[in-house]
Amino acid sequence: MPGILARLLTQVSANKVRLIVGALALTFIVAMASPVSAQQPNSVNPTASSVNEQKLLQELNKIQGRGTIPDTKSYVIEQPVGLEWRHWHEVTLRWIGGIAVLGMLSLLVVFYLVRGQVKLEAGPSGRKIVRFNQFERTVHWMTASCFIVLALSGLNITFGRPLLLPIIGASAFSTWSELAKYAHNFLSFPFTIGVVLIFLMWIGGNIPNRTDVEWVKRGGGIIGKDHPPAGHFNAGQKMIYWIVVLGGGLASVTGYLLLFPFYGTGIGGMQTAEVIHAGVAMLFIAAMMGHIYIGSIGMEGAFEAMAEGTVDINWAKQHHKLWLEEEVTQAANDPKSQGRAAARPAE
Amino acid sequence: MARMKFLCDADRCIECNACVTACKNEHEVPWGINRRRVVTLNDGKPGERSVSMACMHCTDAPCAAVCPVDAFYTTVDAVVLHSKDICIGCGYCFYACPFGAPQYPKVGNFGSRGKMDKCTFCAGGPEADNSKEEYEKYGANRLSEGKLPLCAEMCSTKSLLAGDGDVIAQIYKARVTKRGYGSGAWGWQTAYRETIAT
Repeated sequence: MPGILARLLTQVSANKVRLIVGALALTFIVAMASPVSAQQPNSVNPTASSVNEQKLLQELNKIQGRGTIPDTKSYVIEQPVGLEWRHWHEVTLRWIGGIAVLGMLSLLVVFYLVRGQVKLEAGPSGRKIVRFNQFERTVHWMTASCFIVLALSGLNITFGRPLLLPIIGASAFSTWSELAKYAHNFLSFPFTIGVVLIFLMWIGGNIPNRTDVEWVKRGGGIIGKDHPPAGHFNAGQKMIYWIVVLGGGLASVTGYLLLFPFYGTGIGGMQTAEVIHAGVAMLFIAAMMGHIYIGSIGMEGAFEAMAEGTVDINWAKQHHKLWLEEEVTQAANDPKSQGRAAARPAE
Repeated sequence: MARMKFLCDADRCIECNACVTACKNEHEVPWGINRRRVVTLNDGKPGERSVSMACMHCTDAPCAAVCPVDAFYTTVDAVVLHSKDICIGCGYCFYACPFGAPQYPKVGNFGSRGKMDKCTFCAGGPEADNSKEEYEKYGANRLSEGKLPLCAEMCSTKSLLAGDGDVIAQIYKARVTKRGYGSGAWGWQTAYRETIAT
C-alpha cells in the first residue's frame, strides 16, 4: 500500500492526491467493515455456542463447573442419578428385603412344622467333647450380638418409616432412629473385627472339599433322615462361614465408605456403596435367620456347642463323624493333650 | 396458592456471588455450609455460563421420599422444608438430591454429620413463624413477612428469579423473546419435570 501511494504522489498533483487518498481510505473502511456486517444477522445469539444443560447431562449425566467457595464438592450443580438411587431405596430394596426376610421366615416356619427339630437320635451319652474354645465363643458372640443390633437398626432405615413410624409417632421414631444410627455406626467396629477374626480362626476348617459334595448330595441330614459324614464344619456351615466372611466383609467395606463421606467416593460412589451395603445386608440377614434357626430350635444339642463350648459325643457322631474320629485319633496319639482334642467324661 | 420456584437466567448471571453472600448473612448460616452457590461452566472458554444453584424445592422431592424418618414436609407454597428435630443426620437426602442441596455441619466425622441444613426458600421451619427457635435453626422467615428469598431480591442483574413458578416463567419467556436467546431454565426438567419452552 505505501508503494502505491508513493507512486501516485510522484505522478499527480497535491489536490488530486488528497482526493485519491480520501477515496482509498473510504474504500478501505468499507472493505474492512463489509465482511463483518455480512456475517451479523439482525440480532446476536450468544447462546449458540454456550453450554447447554440437556447436552451436558447427556454427556456425563452430571453438570460440574468451577466455583469460588472452598467446598469443591459443591461445584457439581446437577446429577439426576440420585433419582435412580431413590427408586432403589423406595422400591427395589424393599422388595428384596421383604422377600428375603419374610421369605426366609416363612420357609423356616414351614420347615419346622414339616420336618420338626432334628433330634439327637442316639440320645445323650453323657460324655462331652470340646467343640469351640472360650476364644472362639467370645468372637462368635461378639460378632453375633453386634450383627443383631446392626440388622435391626439397618432394617429400621429401610422399613421403619412405613412400619414403625405410624405406630410410635414422628418424635419417638426420630429419637429411636438416631440412637439406632449411632449404634449402627459404632458397633460396626467390633463387628468388623469379629468378621476378620472369624475369617482367620476358622479358615482352616472351611475350605470346601469332596466331603461337602457328598454331604450336599445326601441332603445334609436336613432333608431326609440321612446323616452324611462331615468334618469340623459341614458344607452348610461352610456356606454360612463364607456368607459371613464375604457378606460381612462387603457390608463392612461399603459401610465405612458411607461412614466417611467423600473419602475416596463421590455422591455416585456413595450411592453404589449404599446399594451394595443394603442389598448384601438383606440377603445376609436372611441367611443368618437360617443359621439362628438351625443353631437353636432347629437342632437338638446344637446350641450348647456355642453356648458352653462342648457337645455330646453322640451329637458329634451323628453330625460331625469325621471330626470326632479325627479328634479321637489325635487324643489317642497324644494322651497328654488337654486341649479341645481330649474327649472327656462329663462331670 | 403459589407454586414457588427458583429460576437462574444463566445468560444474565455475572458470577458476582451476591446471592451466596446475601443468603449466608440473612440466615447466619454456619461456617462451612453454603445453602446457595454459584458455579461457572466452561470457565474461560467460549460459551461460559454461570449458574446459581440451591435447593430447587422439587415437585415430589427425592430427599423427602428417601428420608428414613420422614423429616421433610411441603408447605402450601410448595416449598420443601424439613424439621431439624426429626432429622437424624443419616445423609440419605444427600445421596438422593440431584442438586447437592443438603449440607451437614460435620461432614466426614464418622456418623455424626449433625442435623441437615439446606435452603428454606427463606421460609423458616416448623417452629412458629419468626420465632427465635426458628431463626436459630433455619434462619429468617421472609416468606411469612410477604417477602421473597433474599438471594433473588439481591441479584444485581436479576438473573436469579424466585417466586411463583408461572410468574417467573413468564418473565423469563418475555426476556427470551425480547433478546432473542436463552439457555433455558437450569434444573427445571430435573426438579419439576417440566421446562420453559423458549
